[in-house]
Amino acid sequence: MDGAPVVSHAKTPGLLEGMRLYLRSIAALVWKDLAAELRSRELLSAMLVFALLVILIFNFALELDTRTRATVTAGVLWVTFAFAGTLGLNRSMAMEKDRGCLDGLLLAPVDRSAIYFGKAIGNLIFMILVEVIVLPIYSVLYNINLFQGGLLLVILLGSLGYVAVGTLLSAMAVQTRTRDILLPILLFPVAIPVLIAAVKSSTGFLQGLEMAEISPWLNLLLVYDVVFIAVAFMVFDYVVEE
Amino acid sequence: MEPKPRLLTILDAVTAALFAIAVGLVFFYAPTEAVMGQVQRVFYFHVAAGWVGMLSFLAAAFAGIVYLRTGRRHWDIVGVAAVEIGIAFIFINIVTGSIWARPIWNTWWTWDPRLTTATIMELIYAAYLMLRQGIEDPDRRGRFGAVYAIVGFISVPLTFMSARLFRTIHPIVIGSNQPGAEGQFDMTPRMLQTFMFSLLTFTFVFVDLLWHRVRLGKLADHVEQLKLKLAA
Amino acid sequence: MIEVRKLVKRFGLKTVLRGLDFHVEPGEFVALLGPNGAGKTTFLRILASLSRPTLGEVIIANHRLPAQAGALRRRIGVVSHLPLLYGELTAEENLRFYGRMYAVPGLEARLAEVLDLVGLAARRRDLVRTFSRGMQQRLAIGRAVLHAPEVMLFDEPHTGLDQEACDMLEEVLREVAARGRTVVMTSHDLARVADLASRFDVLSNGVIVASVQRAQIQPDDLLGFYRQALRSA
Repeated sequence: MDGAPVVSHAKTPGLLEGMRLYLRSIAALVWKDLAAELRSRELLSAMLVFALLVILIFNFALELDTRTRATVTAGVLWVTFAFAGTLGLNRSMAMEKDRGCLDGLLLAPVDRSAIYFGKAIGNLIFMILVEVIVLPIYSVLYNINLFQGGLLLVILLGSLGYVAVGTLLSAMAVQTRTRDILLPILLFPVAIPVLIAAVKSSTGFLQGLEMAEISPWLNLLLVYDVVFIAVAFMVFDYVVEE
Repeated sequence: MEPKPRLLTILDAVTAALFAIAVGLVFFYAPTEAVMGQVQRVFYFHVAAGWVGMLSFLAAAFAGIVYLRTGRRHWDIVGVAAVEIGIAFIFINIVTGSIWARPIWNTWWTWDPRLTTATIMELIYAAYLMLRQGIEDPDRRGRFGAVYAIVGFISVPLTFMSARLFRTIHPIVIGSNQPGAEGQFDMTPRMLQTFMFSLLTFTFVFVDLLWHRVRLGKLADHVEQLKLKLAA
Repeated sequence: MIEVRKLVKRFGLKTVLRGLDFHVEPGEFVALLGPNGAGKTTFLRILASLSRPTLGEVIIANHRLPAQAGALRRRIGVVSHLPLLYGELTAEENLRFYGRMYAVPGLEARLAEVLDLVGLAARRRDLVRTFSRGMQQRLAIGRAVLHAPEVMLFDEPHTGLDQEACDMLEEVLREVAARGRTVVMTSHDLARVADLASRFDVLSNGVIVASVQRAQIQPDDLLGFYRQALRSA
C-alpha cells in the first residue's frame, strides 16, 4: 500500500542543486500547460480563429488595398496579436483558478517566481504559435512576404514584453470579481510602449528603412522587456500570496 | 476619534493664502506675453497641475512599495489618496492645456507626446480604481493596488519615450528647446518668479489635499470598525 | 508537531482568529469542529502556509511560519474542498506534474503506488474532467500524499460527496492516518469524523473553546459535547 515511509527530508539543497530544482519546476509547469492545451486545443483554436476574424474585420474597415497595406500592415498585425494574446492570457490563468489549482501550485515547495516564469513561458509559446500561423496566412492573403529576420525578431521581443506584463496582470485579474473584463483594461495602457515600439519597428523592417531609424525602437523594446520581467519577478509574490 | 490636528488647520490657511497670492501674481504681476497675449497666463497653473499629478503618482508608487514591505494599512490609504489627487490634477492639466492650445496651435487636441502620455496616465489610474473596485478582501485590494501603482508608474516614462520618438510640437519651456516647437517663449524674470511661486503653491495644495484625503480614509476605516462592532 | 500560540488573523478590519492556541502531538488525528464562519478554513490555510498570520506564532515540524514556509511545504500535504487538479490532464499526468513540482524521487514507481492507494489505478489514463466528485476527491488525496508528508491538513473533504463516495473517502483517510501521520481535519459534520479522529477540538468565533480525547468520550455524547462547547463560548 502506501509504501513510502514517513521520513524527514531535512537536507537543504545547495545553490546548484537549488537552481536545478528551480528550472525543473519551471519546466514541469510549461509541460503541464502544453500537455493540457495539446489535448483540448481550446486556447489555441480560440486565439487563432479570433486573430483571423480581427484581420478580416480590418480588411473591410481599412480597405486594405496595396497602398494602405504598406503603411498599416504592422499595425493590423500587432492589434491582432494583442487581442488574441489577451484572450490566451486570461484563459491560461483562469485555468489555474477554476479547480483551485493556484493553491495547489502555492503549496508546492518552489519559489513563487518559478510559477511566474512557468506561466509566462507557456503564454509566450501560445502567443508565438498563433503568430507563426497568422503570418503565412496574412502573407498569402495580401501577397506580402512577412518572413524576414528583422520582423521575426521584433515579433519575438514584442511578444515577450507583452506576455511579461500580461502574465503578471492576468494573475491579478482572475482573482477579482470582474475577472472577465478587467485584463485588457489593466494591460493595454501599460503595454502601450511595447505596442508602439513593435508597430514602428515592424513597419521599419517592412519598408526596408535604415537600421539607424529602427534601432531606437528596438532599444525601447529591449528596455521594456528587461524592466518588466524584472519588476514582475519582484512583485509576483504579492500577487499570489496572501 | 482624534480631532483635526492643529498643524493641518494652519496648513489649510497657509495654502489658501498662497493660492490667493499665486492668482494675484498670475493676473497682475506677470507681464502679458507679447505674441500669445492673455491666454499664456494659463501656463503657470497648467504646468503646476501637471507637476502635482506626477508628484501624486510618484507618491502612489512609493506608498505601494512601502505597503508591500510593511503591510500597514496606512500606506494603502496613502496610495489611493495620491492616485485620486493625481487623476484630478492631470485632468486639470489636460483641460488647461487644451484652452491654451486652441488659439496657439489652432486645435483643442493633438497627439503630442506629453498630451498622449497624460491621457494614457489617466487611463492607467482609472484602471487602478477599477481594479480596486473588483476586490472585496481589503488586504488583497491593497496588495494589487500597490503592484499596479508600481507597474503603472514605471510604464509612464517608457510611454513618454515611445510617444516622443514621434515628432513633437509641444513647447519645452525649461531646458533645451527643440527647433520647430510652436508657441515657445522666453520667460522674463517676473514670469519666472510667478511660475516658481505657482509650483510652490501647488505643492502646498498637494500636501494639504493628501493629508485631508488620508484623514478621510482613516475616518472611513473608523466608521467601518464601529459598524463591525455593532454587527458583532 | 504543531504548535500555535496566540494566533490572530485579520482581513482588513475584520478579525477572524482571535488569539488562538493549538497544540498537536505527532501522530494525533485532530478533528476541528465548528459552525460556518468560525474561522476553520482560515486557520487551516494558515497552517498550510497559504495565508500569513497577522500576529502570533505558528510552528510546524520545527519550522516557523511564515519565515520558513518554503522548507515546510515539502512536509505537509493539503486536501481542500476544491480538488486542486487540472481537468484537461489525466489522473496520472496530474500526479506526475505535482510530483515534479515536489521533486519526488522515483516518481514513476511512486505514481503507481499512490494511484493504487486511492483506488484509481484502472482510470489513471482518464481525464480528470470526466471524474465524479468522489473520484476527484480521492485523487486529490493521492496528490496530497504523493511526497510522503508528515503532516496532513484536510479542509472539509466531505463537501459535495454522496454517501458511497464518503465511505470510500473514509477508507482512504483511515489508510492515510494509519501511516502514523499527524492529521488536522476541519468539518462541520460530526457523524463523519466521530470514528476517524483521535481528538476533537471545537473552534468558535476565532478561538478553540473546547477539546476532548476520543478515549474520554462516548461516540453518542459527542453531539452533546459539541453543543455544550458552542453554548458556553
